[in-house]
Amino acid sequence: MSETLILSARWGKPGSAKLENYRADGGYQALDKALGMEPVAVVEEVKKSNLRGRGGAGFATGLKWTFLPKDIRPRYLTVNADESEPGTFKDRYIMEHDPHMLLEGIAITCLALDIHLAYIYIRGEFAKQARALEAAIAEARAAGIIGPRLLGKKDFALDVHVHRGAGAYICGEESALLESLEGKKGYPRLKPPFPAVVGLWGKPTIINNVETIANVPWIVQHGGEAFAALGVGKSGGTRLFGVSGHVNRPGVYEKPVAYNLKKLIMEDAGGVLGGRKLKAVIPGGSSAPVLAAHEIDISMEFDAVKAAGSMSGSGGVIVFDESACMVRALARLARFYAEESCGQCTPCREGTNWMEGMLHRIEAGHAGAADVARLEQVANSIAGNTICALGDAAAMPVQSFLKKFKPEFLAHCELRRCPCGDTAWGLTQEPRDAVAGPMRYAR
Amino acid sequence: MTNHAGGVEGLPREKVEQFDRELSRILDRYPPDRKASAMIPALRLGQTLFGYVSPAVQALAAERLGTSPARAEEVATFYVMLETHPFGKHLVEVCTSVSCSLSGGDRLWGYLQQKLALAGAGSTPDGRFTLREAECLGSCGTAPAMLVDEEMYEQLTPQKVDQILGGLK
Ligand SMILES: Cc1cc2nc3c(=O)[nH]c(=O)nc-3n(C[C@H](O)[C@H](O)[C@H](O)COP(=O)(O)O)c2cc1C
Ligand code: FES
Repeated sequence: MSETLILSARWGKPGSAKLENYRADGGYQALDKALGMEPVAVVEEVKKSNLRGRGGAGFATGLKWTFLPKDIRPRYLTVNADESEPGTFKDRYIMEHDPHMLLEGIAITCLALDIHLAYIYIRGEFAKQARALEAAIAEARAAGIIGPRLLGKKDFALDVHVHRGAGAYICGEESALLESLEGKKGYPRLKPPFPAVVGLWGKPTIINNVETIANVPWIVQHGGEAFAALGVGKSGGTRLFGVSGHVNRPGVYEKPVAYNLKKLIMEDAGGVLGGRKLKAVIPGGSSAPVLAAHEIDISMEFDAVKAAGSMSGSGGVIVFDESACMVRALARLARFYAEESCGQCTPCREGTNWMEGMLHRIEAGHAGAADVARLEQVANSIAGNTICALGDAAAMPVQSFLKKFKPEFLAHCELRRCPCGDTAWGLTQEPRDAVAGPMRYAR
Repeated sequence: MTNHAGGVEGLPREKVEQFDRELSRILDRYPPDRKASAMIPALRLGQTLFGYVSPAVQALAAERLGTSPARAEEVATFYVMLETHPFGKHLVEVCTSVSCSLSGGDRLWGYLQQKLALAGAGSTPDGRFTLREAECLGSCGTAPAMLVDEEMYEQLTPQKVDQILGGLK
């Protein structure tokens, strides 16, 4: 049986981002179909599909859509294209190579939810992707697919705009994203109320990840049950898994949601560099608790990874071979969270800085076992005590690295230096040939 | 309308006019009563036209968007891509986040400091380059990555870096 590719099938085809080619490949037929359906029937298909959010939390998409209050208008859609979690690099390819698929997903979602204005919030660093989206929107508008009417057939006004961020990881968090879209600094809001009830400019707002929305045309075209059948239990469809770090063939692989993590790394991504042994895997973006080598023979399905003590989060899989220093890696991650903490909540603002400083000292050999214990205490006192999940995201790597690799931390204290020295990032530190769906990137 | 051009102290009139023309296109994306939403794009536009987001640029954006300069300042200082101080002609940002460093990002950062004769982040004395580290740029599969003047370069080696910087005006 050949694999079903929903998201990556068209990547790399000449002119894949162009409207005429998208249409030649059957594009906008799902929107046409949706125009003939009752809006509730579209939402019903998405519910049946078991589509779960691809942005990190894995929340059921159809269920989220039903949280919109019945009679408040206007409502808005914001598509989360912030893609800033270290190890995550999938949405960019959808935007670059198949922007009309995302746009069709947006149009169907807006039609189903009676939304007339949508924003794609894209991280400021994605210049090429923002240009691709803007070109696609202009084409769709000129062709009468969006604008005052949908597909030139139905009086349903829809405007879609790209809003570029300016460098802030926190703006991927949905309520910070809304603040940023309102022209403010990205301070997360207290929840509840959730954005579906009080969102952009105080109005009900659905926020979904790029990959989530890009699945919607396929679901409408093939039916929710067909999508559900690609997965297991409460998770349907395929996912874009990004594999980076110490593998022979890093890149984005589209696989069924419940694909085996070990197989993904050892077979698809070509196994560990230099024939070395695997040491550790972060399975779902930098915030996901690390897994030791013997823990990776698991399904990547959301609940399965949770049962294994981690998260499949954004699907970003970071691989460390035996030559990597886990203390160096954690120190770098801690610096990321310290830099990116927005500063609103004291435990996160202060705690992430302390953790960064302590880890820097441990890595440099200037700390003792008592500092390692203190580091753990600080992580424990951030987790659960902040407005948004960035605090937890900063604490989880620290807690899990210490749980699984404590001897490495203590060895730094005893030796008074990093045992790996110059090769703390591994024995092989060079670019490698990479993959993104059907595309190949020679180094 | 009163003539605002030049009203914002020290900013050249033609550039302010250009700012206004381009801002009006940006404002098409937001409901007329939600102009303040355009703060980030307005400040980025200001940075492109005036070099950096000076207090005068902040004041200009705030005034045009009908909000307070404090709001503009809050935004200008929060986002890393908005520069509140003058910087080099070319901005080089090397990703040293985890996936890139596992593929040589940290070494590339060392190489660039050496190449530009800088110890850490900073600008070259001739004002040609500003160098700094970046957090994950969303290019982890094609690591290591860097941004040069906001364009992405991937699968980098020292040789490729030489070529890219050598090709800049
Ligand atoms: C600190 C932080 C950063 C986040 N960054 C992103 C991001 O870059 N992209 C994204 O889609 N979701 C991100 N999220 C998750 C969003 O808050 C939100 O759950 C998601 O966009 C919802 O879409 P989904 O249900 O389709 O996944 C982040 C969450 C947190 C706490
Ligand atoms: S770690 Fe450098 S691009 Fe992701």
